[in-house]
Amino acid sequence: MLSQVSQITSSRTVPETRSDFVISARNLTKSYGDFTAVNGISFDVPPGESFGLLGPNGAGKSTTMKMIGAVSQRSGGELSIMGLDPNRYGPEVRAHLGVVPQQDNLDEDLRVRDNLIAYGRYFGLPKSYLQPKADELLEFAQLTDKAKGRVESLSGGMKRRLTIARSLINDPKILLLDEPTTGLDPQARHILWDRLFRLKEAGVTLILTTHYMDEAEQLCDRLIVVDKGAIMAEGSPAGLIREYSTREVVELRFGSERNTTVAAELEGIGDRLETLPDRVLIYADDGEAALEAVTGRGLRPITSLVRRSSLEDVFLRLTGRSLVD
Amino acid sequence: MNVENRTAPTALVPQDRFLGSLYGRNIRAVIARGLKATWGTNWSIMISGFVEPVLYLVAMGIGLGALVGTVSGPGGQEMNYANFIAPALLAVSAMNGAVYDSTMNVFFKLNHARLYEGMLSTTLGPFDVAMGEIFLALLRGAMYATGFTAVMGAMGLITSPWALLMIPAAVVIAFGFASFGMAVTSYMKTFQQMDWIQMLMLPMFLFSATFYPLSVYPEAVQSVIQVLPLWHGVELLRQISVGIFSWGTAGHLLYFVVMIVLGLALTTNRLRALFLK
Repeated sequence: MLSQVSQITSSRTVPETRSDFVISARNLTKSYGDFTAVNGISFDVPPGESFGLLGPNGAGKSTTMKMIGAVSQRSGGELSIMGLDPNRYGPEVRAHLGVVPQQDNLDEDLRVRDNLIAYGRYFGLPKSYLQPKADELLEFAQLTDKAKGRVESLSGGMKRRLTIARSLINDPKILLLDEPTTGLDPQARHILWDRLFRLKEAGVTLILTTHYMDEAEQLCDRLIVVDKGAIMAEGSPAGLIREYSTREVVELRFGSERNTTVAAELEGIGDRLETLPDRVLIYADDGEAALEAVTGRGLRPITSLVRRSSLEDVFLRLTGRSLVD
Repeated sequence: MNVENRTAPTALVPQDRFLGSLYGRNIRAVIARGLKATWGTNWSIMISGFVEPVLYLVAMGIGLGALVGTVSGPGGQEMNYANFIAPALLAVSAMNGAVYDSTMNVFFKLNHARLYEGMLSTTLGPFDVAMGEIFLALLRGAMYATGFTAVMGAMGLITSPWALLMIPAAVVIAFGFASFGMAVTSYMKTFQQMDWIQMLMLPMFLFSATFYPLSVYPEAVQSVIQVLPLWHGVELLRQISVGIFSWGTAGHLLYFVVMIVLGLALTTNRLRALFLK
């Protein structure tokens, strides 16, 4: 399995970018001076797919997004968006994109609805198109009653929804979402996921970065796990879990002092053992059976939890580190 | 593949054209946004920029002018003190408006409001944004200049029909400061650094032959002042106000043309470095 991973990251003999994909990257590289933020990644995204970039902070996700968004020039490799080279045809590429940045950058000098109109004007769209479109998008973002309000009076979740509405003003083929729900409370996240899911159903290609596992599992058809600027694995959320983890996981806490020492006594239970500073993870297809085996050896954890494997476990397996630290 | 967009106007047809990736040919949208935003919020700043030079004119021209009497103006001609400082104050207001718009205002939008980041995610390029912002600064400068010239007229300080040309000349001065100011701002990282610009502006305002002729200085100081842009602006407007021209007038104008060209080249280059890195 691990040899497969290295195959993906080290392959240099890759075919040319393909135009039947909305996005096609070959050996895409970005460096700032000595620092290589993105180190030769390759992927293709067919139209209508929901594609995720999953990785910790600093993995190169945002840099990749900026190159796809045609606001950052690549240092090496090939990149094709809607069949166009973004280095050369920046404005033409951006005409097809909707962008939801990591930090909201709404126009605080303009009212809510005017934010949509002004943004549409940047694309050169006529007012006759923008007026009804803005109302339709406010409806979609559940902000109709805030149309004349000030941006600063909106809650965090509302601002996010307005940013997403704004990104849709030009009817984009591809929507780029950089950490779309970071910093939102659970309820606001669920509302947002629902909106994004509707877009996906409407056939918009979604490209999103996240370090939330549940988000990736909810929204992505397929994703790449990125770490230190390279692709560690690629597949559907379920496929990745199947390939790199077991069906279930037992989480045991013995107290921060004892986790490491107890780990030796757990040897042989389940398929694999992972010792973290605060807990021990046992990977097994049958979690309950594994837990019984633990208690059968006379060990009494302070807390125990049997859960399904998640992408978090995939990441831990691939990099030996947690995603959110 | 079907490249055609459902909303036809956004689907720019790829072609290799002037400034390719930097220019989306839609400066108008940046200007429209600026007007809308100003209408909604920044009225107080708009008005203070107009009132300030008028207050100076009244206080210094009428108050101090009564003590000073006459001063030697363009071509050695004696003129009233108020007539002497009025065109200089117009040059200062053109400078202040343009510098405020192209430095503090641009700096804030660049680093805090992240407005430009949003604009540049659309089909706009850095060149559209820079030109749009500069145009707005000039529009404001033109409004100030018109208002100030009207006040001069009402105070009986306009002695020659040539004086009306001060309005377009003030816009040229503002253009020079705005394009250069924007280039300088693109290098600034903190608000403290922005203060340096203010520290430079105040002495330039006070000493650029604004309130008294250049001849009061020793020669070494004179040549330093003659390098600075405001002195050229002051002299240019002062000569226009009385309709007395010389080769010097053309020289002052040329100074600003060079400043505009250099400033624009530098700004576009910097925006490329900042936004398409």
